[in-house]
Amino acid sequence: MHMQVKELLSGNEAIARGAWEHGVTVAAAYPGTPSTEILENIALHPEIAAQWSPNEKVALEVAIGASLAGARSLAAMKHVGVNVAADPLLTLAYTGVNGGLVLVSADDPGIHSSQNEQDNRFYGRFARIPVLEPSDSQEAKDFVGVALEMSEQLDTVVLLRSTTRISHSKSLVTLGERVSRPLRPYVKNARKYVMVPGNARARQPEVLARFDRMVVWAESAPVNRVEPGDRRLGIITSGVCYQYVKEARPDVSVLKLGVTYPLPANLVREFAKTVDQVAVIEELEPFLAESVRLAGVEIADTGLPRIGELSPDIVGAAIARILGEPVDAPFAPPAAVPVRPPVLCPGCPHRGVFHVLGKLKLRVWGDIGCYTLAALPPLNAMDAFMDMGASIGMALGMEKADPAMAQQSVAVIGDSTFLHSGLTGLLDMVYNQSRGTVLILDNSTTAMTGHQDHPATGKTLQGAETYQADLEQVCRGLGVRRVRVVDALDVDALEVAVREETKQPEVSVIIARRACVLLHRPDGSHVELDVDLCTGCQQCSEPGCPAIRWEEGHPAFDVGMCDGCGLCVSLCLFDAIKKVEPSRG
Amino acid sequence: MADALNVLIVGVGGQGTILAGKVLARVAVLSGKDVKFSEIHGMAQRGGSVVTQVRIGDAVHSPTIDPACADFLLAFEQLEGLRWAHMLRPGGTIIVSTQRIDPATVLMGVAVYPSDVLEQLALRGVVVALDALEMACAVGNSKASNVVLLGRLARGLGLSRDLWEQALRDVIPARHLEVNEAAFAAGWSSK
Repeated sequence: MHMQVKELLSGNEAIARGAWEHGVTVAAAYPGTPSTEILENIALHPEIAAQWSPNEKVALEVAIGASLAGARSLAAMKHVGVNVAADPLLTLAYTGVNGGLVLVSADDPGIHSSQNEQDNRFYGRFARIPVLEPSDSQEAKDFVGVALEMSEQLDTVVLLRSTTRISHSKSLVTLGERVSRPLRPYVKNARKYVMVPGNARARQPEVLARFDRMVVWAESAPVNRVEPGDRRLGIITSGVCYQYVKEARPDVSVLKLGVTYPLPANLVREFAKTVDQVAVIEELEPFLAESVRLAGVEIADTGLPRIGELSPDIVGAAIARILGEPVDAPFAPPAAVPVRPPVLCPGCPHRGVFHVLGKLKLRVWGDIGCYTLAALPPLNAMDAFMDMGASIGMALGMEKADPAMAQQSVAVIGDSTFLHSGLTGLLDMVYNQSRGTVLILDNSTTAMTGHQDHPATGKTLQGAETYQADLEQVCRGLGVRRVRVVDALDVDALEVAVREETKQPEVSVIIARRACVLLHRPDGSHVELDVDLCTGCQQCSEPGCPAIRWEEGHPAFDVGMCDGCGLCVSLCLFDAIKKVEPSRG
Repeated sequence: MADALNVLIVGVGGQGTILAGKVLARVAVLSGKDVKFSEIHGMAQRGGSVVTQVRIGDAVHSPTIDPACADFLLAFEQLEGLRWAHMLRPGGTIIVSTQRIDPATVLMGVAVYPSDVLEQLALRGVVVALDALEMACAVGNSKASNVVLLGRLARGLGLSRDLWEQALRDVIPARHLEVNEAAFAAGWSSK
């Protein structure tokens, strides 16, 4: 008897497995929660050339190149990463593909770890490309195969849309074996792949004709299915919302859509005929609801919110309201307890930097990474932050509006983020004769997403040695003459550097360098207090180190948490804090 | 939601809630059950509040647990136990470490750490409080307090201990296995 192997996989692990089983040979991504683990898991398979790219645009372009060369390829990114990759994506929609190409977008309803809650299903409608939405890990794996087949059959990139609850939830998956595929032959076809205006115009009718084929495909796609039940209500749903419906109301009729764009309108209309009324259960925007209405099907008002995540509880209450049934009494409210916001780790090299910037009362244009946490109390050290790389362009714009800003503000950006999309901003500063200052907080990793390598770490996705971009040389190459490197924990040197560079009448870059504290094992070093010298001035706890608790007018150091970074030692004006080196046993 | 066994594991980023959840989920797989496991990380791993949800049954749909539906709340820190206590079903059990980690808001003096957490928890369910940190230190690694708590949960779930020990071996890297087995045993045999 054939023994089927079932493994408990996260959605991201399952997508990686799907890529492997279905013959993908090239995969690229830039890390971003909740998408990061897709490439980390693909990298475990030596058959796949898997890589971190400096940003999502390049990652998608690598996947496009691989597809044109005839390979099955995959690019993965978080929802806002697709914005970065939108330029190639919208024209890729015209050219179509050679080898199957799937773009994974991991959206973040509830904004667990993002700057917005955009609903990337709209990219399907925008680019006129199919959107598939898995509802568990088994489907996450299987839909990679469906997407690749669809891609090759319909000559289009396919968007596989996940969400945090799919990507970061584990469920059982039946594993299959890898089916290798030879490269499809590459044939030069300028009218298809050279998107000069004449060719692009000629592709448009083909894109519309392809859309019609996509609809035909969606109407009979096995990933859409009807689950008949109580005929009083038919629910149209997809993704994790399908699970919430099944959990809350296993009794109702369901049309579960695996393809959410284009809408299989005939299937929807046929389903609607079998039930008394129809409702659409979906998270975020009324994307399906609008399409269902356009298909001429009347739908009940669910009253569901357009923001945040749904749950079985919320979905169950919505269905009960539609059916005129009593809604369960709300549960006992949570206890009022102090909030526990995420904080910079003890020993984090960013802490000293923001302490200095605060002391100098500078405005700080921030960027995306762990250092964004410095925006929270007690540091409150950020004036604005927007998207990857924005700190630099925004600093330039501020200065153009008010030249005094060049001395009163700094742009702050991490090493990984700088390489992602800070380079062009810095070039703009040089080109347009900025007098501003950029701090590159170089902790030698992509820390926030869990320590991924990037072009300046000297390591590939697989951990192999590679060329290492030199940030100083990169900045000099862009035309910055004033580049200096300071130890991020040396607050005195940092203060001098920031004071000097903000006064310069030209662009300057300060690289505040110190590896992320989580990259080295704690060696047992910590600090201790000489209580006789302590005046209780609280200078040491001003930057908000979580290892310092205030007790009876003096700091108490949590030896287990303290990393011995020495920031508080250098901040103490009375030499009351001493660093204790690890004892050698 | 009542068809499944719902376990909510809560703590502070870095305390090992995910590992504990993985062991529990592995036990479910080994016992032939359906299981779903959901966690949130990212911003939350930097010392923030973290939640791992494990649901075990014959056919589990939702990866998340609704409020007032958790059979067990495994809290690695007192305040986190209280923060998520509304998730417990009436009559459910809270296994809580007496460890206290002040959130940044308390360290800054803008909030006060409540002094009666265990009393408040007792109003929400059956409380099993243990000094898991001390017990973990006693077996040789303060970081193993998550597995101490897991050991206590395991005894309450009534599944075979062999399955748990197999799950520990499957999930925990060999170099950390011995101390975690000791931590599990300490939790299992605790009051």
